[in-house]
Amino acid sequence: MKVSRLSVSDVTVSFGGLRALEKVNLELDDNQLLGFIGPNGAGKTTLMRVIMGLIRPQSGTVCLNGTDITKLPTVQRVHAGLALGQQIVKPLRQMSLLDNVALAVGGQKLLSPLHALLARSRNVERDTASSLLERVGLGTEMQKRPNEVPLGHLKRLEVARALALRPELLLLDEPLAGLSKPEASAMADLIAGLPRSGLSVILIEHNLPEVMRVCPNIYVQANGRGLALGPADEIMAMPEVRQAYLGKDV
Amino acid sequence: MDYEIVVLTNMAIGILFALSLNVITGFCGQVSLGHAAFLGIGAYTSAILTKAGWPLVATFLPAMAMAALVGLVVGMASLRVRHDFLAITTMGVVFLFTGIVRKQDFLGGEIGIAGIPAPDFGRPGLLVMALACVLLYLIFTIRIRKSWAGFAYDSIAEDEDTARLLGVNVPRFKLFAFVAGTAGAGLAGALYAHQVRFIGPDSFGFVESISVLAMVIVGGIGSIWGVILAAAALSALPQFFQIIDDFKLLVYGLLLFGAMRFAPDGVDGLLRRLFQRGTAP
Repeated sequence: MKVSRLSVSDVTVSFGGLRALEKVNLELDDNQLLGFIGPNGAGKTTLMRVIMGLIRPQSGTVCLNGTDITKLPTVQRVHAGLALGQQIVKPLRQMSLLDNVALAVGGQKLLSPLHALLARSRNVERDTASSLLERVGLGTEMQKRPNEVPLGHLKRLEVARALALRPELLLLDEPLAGLSKPEASAMADLIAGLPRSGLSVILIEHNLPEVMRVCPNIYVQANGRGLALGPADEIMAMPEVRQAYLGKDV
Repeated sequence: MDYEIVVLTNMAIGILFALSLNVITGFCGQVSLGHAAFLGIGAYTSAILTKAGWPLVATFLPAMAMAALVGLVVGMASLRVRHDFLAITTMGVVFLFTGIVRKQDFLGGEIGIAGIPAPDFGRPGLLVMALACVLLYLIFTIRIRKSWAGFAYDSIAEDEDTARLLGVNVPRFKLFAFVAGTAGAGLAGALYAHQVRFIGPDSFGFVESISVLAMVIVGGIGSIWGVILAAAALSALPQFFQIIDDFKLLVYGLLLFGAMRFAPDGVDGLLRRLFQRGTAP
């Protein structure tokens, strides 16, 4: 039997009286790039945060590779193969871009302080980090501090750092937001090249043209409910999707 | 000569105490306004044991263990509350400690414990022992700093949510910092009890907690050498100048304020900036 990379079942989240997610279901196979769209307030970031364990759902389950991770803390989900590139970039500003990525490569060393005390050298991790930074186009800026590089590069750092965790499922929350058109296009190309056997990517984005260009499949959410999941062109032709986006009948 | 030995021993104990808070506040970024409670736990544990006939050295481990045990509990609070709330919680710890000690007859109550036996090896011996403890604890903190533990602490101190997303097991690292830091304070307490040979609840109150925090902040949060420098100076000054001792809270409060306002990275940062200016082309 084939096991889904990610399986979200009947997830419901309320903040006080507000239903942010209502019985949301989502399945994703391996080696996929899924575009995740929806109007503002659709609950996209909430669903990402539920998958990462940053928000506990009132009901429903989240499974990664067939294992129920609903009750696992975030750090264990990260070590189980989940990674999140956050919408608002959060670089560690006291260290170089290289060390920002090298830390994430650390893996097991970050789980136990005693283990960490015994490990001194960062060379292996820095080598891996430098090749990841090359891959996202930051090869010449590795030694700089986050305050010395523009937002577009910090967005790339966020992706490099998430990849450093060797994820099996990578969640990217609006990686194109705030980027110029050419930057956004280059970032979308970078993201399109990520999925492979052993890695699926979910791309949350408001930049519809880029999502349509690089994502074979799209999932739409509106008002905390899943609206549609399927091939990009079919999805965008659906009247309910157009209505949710444009706010009126078309 | 005796006086110099006393001053030096006090400096060594002050340095050990400050280095221990530096692990919690400096490395891990967790504010503690109640660190003197752990100095007290170590001091009381060690004093009771030596009065019962134990040799001083044998009391080090129990003193550290008792302090670390309570430190672990306070560390658990740090998993739930952050920043200002953690500061208030830790402040509560020191009031709780003195409050409890005052009411316990076996701890000497208000009067405290007097007649703590002098160490067999005399004052010079105690100084050597204190220096050895400082050295060992210093090696330990340098090891933290230079290893992956220090790397992980850098991320936690700056942004623990991001650290978590990068795979850092934040709760475990925090608890480790609290255990290692409070054990160090417990060890300093054991030495302190046998240096002054009289301890009471007032020796481990809020003022002492602020004093040690001032050492860490004036030295430069997280900087090992800066903290050693500040701790040495701030623990020696009140011994030379009675007036500083009389107005300890005022002086340390002003130093804290001055450091936060004018040199947020402490002596370490000031020296660095001076040095960089000197070498700039």
